[in-house]
Amino acid sequence: MTESVNNLDKIKQSLSRRNRAEKRFRWYGRLAIFIGLAAVMVLFTDIISKGHGAFRITYIELEVTYDQDRIGVENLTDPEQLANGNWEALSKAALRNEFNDVSGRRDKRKLYGLISSGAGFDLKDRLLANPLLLGETEKVWILADDDIDTYYKSWLDGESYAARMSAKQLQWIDELHAQGKIRLQFNSNLFTRGDSREPEQAGIRGAVMGSLLTLILTLLLSFPIGVSAAIYLEEFAPRNRWTDFIEVNINNLAAVPSIIFGLLGLAIFINFFHIPRSVPIVGGLVLTLMTLPTIIITSRAAIKSVPPSIREAALGMGASKYQVVLHHVLPLSLPGMLTGAIIGMAQALGESAPLLMIGMVAFIVDIPAGFSDPATVLPVQIFLWADSPERAFIEKTSAAIMVLLSFLIIMNTVAVWLRKRLERRW
Amino acid sequence: MTQAATAEKKNPAKKTVAKAVNSLDVSDHQATVGKNFADNAKMTMRNVNVFYDDKQAIHDVSVDIAKNEVIAMIGPSGCGKSTFLRSLNRMNDTVDICRVEGQICMDGEDLYSPKLDVVELRARVGMVFQKPNPFPKSIYENVAYGPKIHGLADTRVDLDEIVENSLRKAGLWEEVKERLHQAGTGLSGGQQQRLCIARAIAVSPEVILMDEPCSALDPIATAKIEELIEELSQNFTIAIVTHSMQQAARVSHRTAYFHLGRLIEVNPTEQVFTMPEHQLTEAYITGRFG
Ligand SMILES: Nc1ncnc2c1ncn2[C@@H]1O[C@H](COP(=O)(O)OP(=O)(O)OP(=O)(O)O)[C@@H](O)[C@H]1O
Ligand SMILES: [Mg+2]
Repeated sequence: MTESVNNLDKIKQSLSRRNRAEKRFRWYGRLAIFIGLAAVMVLFTDIISKGHGAFRITYIELEVTYDQDRIGVENLTDPEQLANGNWEALSKAALRNEFNDVSGRRDKRKLYGLISSGAGFDLKDRLLANPLLLGETEKVWILADDDIDTYYKSWLDGESYAARMSAKQLQWIDELHAQGKIRLQFNSNLFTRGDSREPEQAGIRGAVMGSLLTLILTLLLSFPIGVSAAIYLEEFAPRNRWTDFIEVNINNLAAVPSIIFGLLGLAIFINFFHIPRSVPIVGGLVLTLMTLPTIIITSRAAIKSVPPSIREAALGMGASKYQVVLHHVLPLSLPGMLTGAIIGMAQALGESAPLLMIGMVAFIVDIPAGFSDPATVLPVQIFLWADSPERAFIEKTSAAIMVLLSFLIIMNTVAVWLRKRLERRW
Repeated sequence: MTQAATAEKKNPAKKTVAKAVNSLDVSDHQATVGKNFADNAKMTMRNVNVFYDDKQAIHDVSVDIAKNEVIAMIGPSGCGKSTFLRSLNRMNDTVDICRVEGQICMDGEDLYSPKLDVVELRARVGMVFQKPNPFPKSIYENVAYGPKIHGLADTRVDLDEIVENSLRKAGLWEEVKERLHQAGTGLSGGQQQRLCIARAIAVSPEVILMDEPCSALDPIATAKIEELIEELSQNFTIAIVTHSMQQAARVSHRTAYFHLGRLIEVNPTEQVFTMPEHQLTEAYITGRFG
C-alpha cells in the first residue's frame, strides 16, 4: 500500500517536470517559426519597398507633328524606308517646340535627354497603327528618360535624387510639372517588352517567355522519364547489386551542385551535339538532368507509400503486374508525383547557375517565340539587371524578383492544393 | 531442433505447446497422420517444401482438398499456415526470396508448370486476406474489378448483374445497394471483409483461400462471415486459415493441424476436436481450451 502511494508521488513529481519540458519545447518551436517568418518578412519588405516603384514610370506630354519631310519617308508601307526614317526628329522637334527658348548644342542635348532614346520608335509605331495621323498634330505622352524617371519619382517621394540632372533639366521638369505635363503611369513596358540597355524600355517579357519555354521542355522530358524510372525501380526491377548501384547514384545526382550540370550540358549538348547556345532546348535539357533525381526520388516515395495490401488485393484478383501499376499504384501515387514534379519545376525556375554555363546569360532584346530562339530566363535576367550600373535598374531588379517569387508562390500553392485535392484515404 | 528453439523464443507464451515439442522430437516425424487424401480431390499437394532463402518454412506436406469442402488450417503462430495457403495460388511468387518445391495440382494440372499463367490461376483460385483490403474505389468498382480485367462481362448490364449477384452471395447487397458508388473504404470492417469476399467470388473462382478472414472482426461480423462460408461451400471449394478453434469447428469439414512447418494431422473436424490422433494436435487443442 505504502509503495503504491510512493509511486504516485514519484509520478506526480516527474509529471510536473515533463509538463515543463513540453512547455519549453513548444516555446522553442514558436521561436523557430517566428524567426523564419521574420526573415521572410524582412526579405519581402525589402524587395517590395525597392521594387514597387518599377510598376509605374514617368511620361511627358508633348505636342507631336507627324511631319513627313522630317521623317524622310514617302511610303509608309515600304519597310526599308521605315527602317531608315529619322523618327527621332519627331520627338526632338516636339521638345524644341515645347521649350522654344533653348539654344546651343549643349542645352539642346540636355533637352533631348529628357525623353527616352527610343521615343522616336514609339512614335513610329503610333503612326503605323494609324496612318491617317501623317501630317497631323496630336498630344502624346512620351516615355521619359530613366534619369528623369528616377529623379521625378524621388522628387515626388520628397527626397529628390538629382545627381545626374543638370540645373536646366531640373527647371524644365518644374515647368512641366507646373503645367501637368509630366506624370507617372502604369509601366506596361515592364510586362510587354524584352530586355534593353535603356532601363526605361527594359521589360521582363523576354525572360518570362524564356523561362516558360525552358520549363515546358523540362517538364515534358523530366516527368515521364522520372516517373517511368521510379515505377520500374520500385515495381519491376529485381533487388540486386545493380539496382543498389543505380539507387546510390540517383541520390548522389540529387546532391550534385547545379553548376556541374551546366558544365555537363556545355560539354555534351553544345560541344558534342552542336545544339546552338543560349536556346531553351539546351536550357530545358540541362534542367531536366537537374530535376530528374528530384522527380525520381519523390515519385519513388509516393509509390512506396501505396499500401502493399492494395497490391496484394489486385494480384490476388489475377491482375498482372502492369495492371496493378496502372490501375492502383499509379492513381494512388499520382498526387505525390505531381507535387514532386511541381517542386522540381519550382527549383528549375529559380535556377541560374547551370544556365550561365550554356550561354543563357546573353543580352537578348527579342522575345523568344520558340524553343530554338535565343533566350534568357528570369533568374538570369535578375542577375543581369542587378549587375547593371544604371540606378533605374535597381527597382527593376526588385520588380523582377517579385515576379519570380509570385510564380514560385503560385506553383507551390498549386502543389499543396493538388495534394489536398487528389489525396485519397484508405 | 534448432527450429524448435527459435520458435520457442518467438512465442514464449505458448509454453504448453513448446513443452510438448520438447517431449516429442519433431524431426523424427515421418508422415501426416489421419485422412489427408481424398477421393474427389480438387487440389492435390504432394511433398511440398517452401523456403524463404535457405530457411525452410514448409516441410514435405502432402494433402488433398476435396471438391466443395471447407478445410480449416490451424496451428500455432509461425507454423507456416499462411505460407502454405499462399503457395496454392502462387501469391508466394511476389516474395522474391520464396521458393516452392514439390507438386501442387488443381484438377490434375500442375500449378507450377511454366506453361501455366498465374493470371489465369488467380482467377480460378481467389483469395481473401486477413485484413480487409478493399481498393480505394467505389463499392461497385471493387466488385467489378475482377470481371473487368478478365473480360467476363460483355455489356454494362452483364457487369451490373455480376456485381449484384456477388454482393448478394456475400450477404452485403441489402446493406449497400443504395450506395454502390460510394467508397468501399467507407464501410465498417465486417462489411469491408464481405466486400472483399464479394470481389473474390465475382470472377467465379473454383477455390477460395481465406487467411484468417475474421481476425479483425467483432463476433457479430464473424458470425455473418461464417454463415457466408457455409453457403459458399455449396458452390466453391474453400481453404480457411484460422486461429479460432471454435471457428474451425463451426465452418469446416476437415481440419489440418500444422506444427513448425509440418502437417501433423488431417482428419474430419469433429474427430480432430474430440479425439485427435496425434499427441501434438491434442496438446495444441487442450492447451488452448485450458
Ligand atoms: N516474407 C517472408 N520472409 C521470410 N520469412 C518469412 C516470410 N513470411 C513468413 N516467413 C517465415 O515463415 C514461417 C511461417 O510463416 P507464416 O506466416 O506462414 O506463419 P503462420 O502460420 O501464418 O503464422 P500466423 O498464424 O502468425 O499468421 C515463419 O517462421 C516466418 O518467419
Ligand atoms: Mg498467417
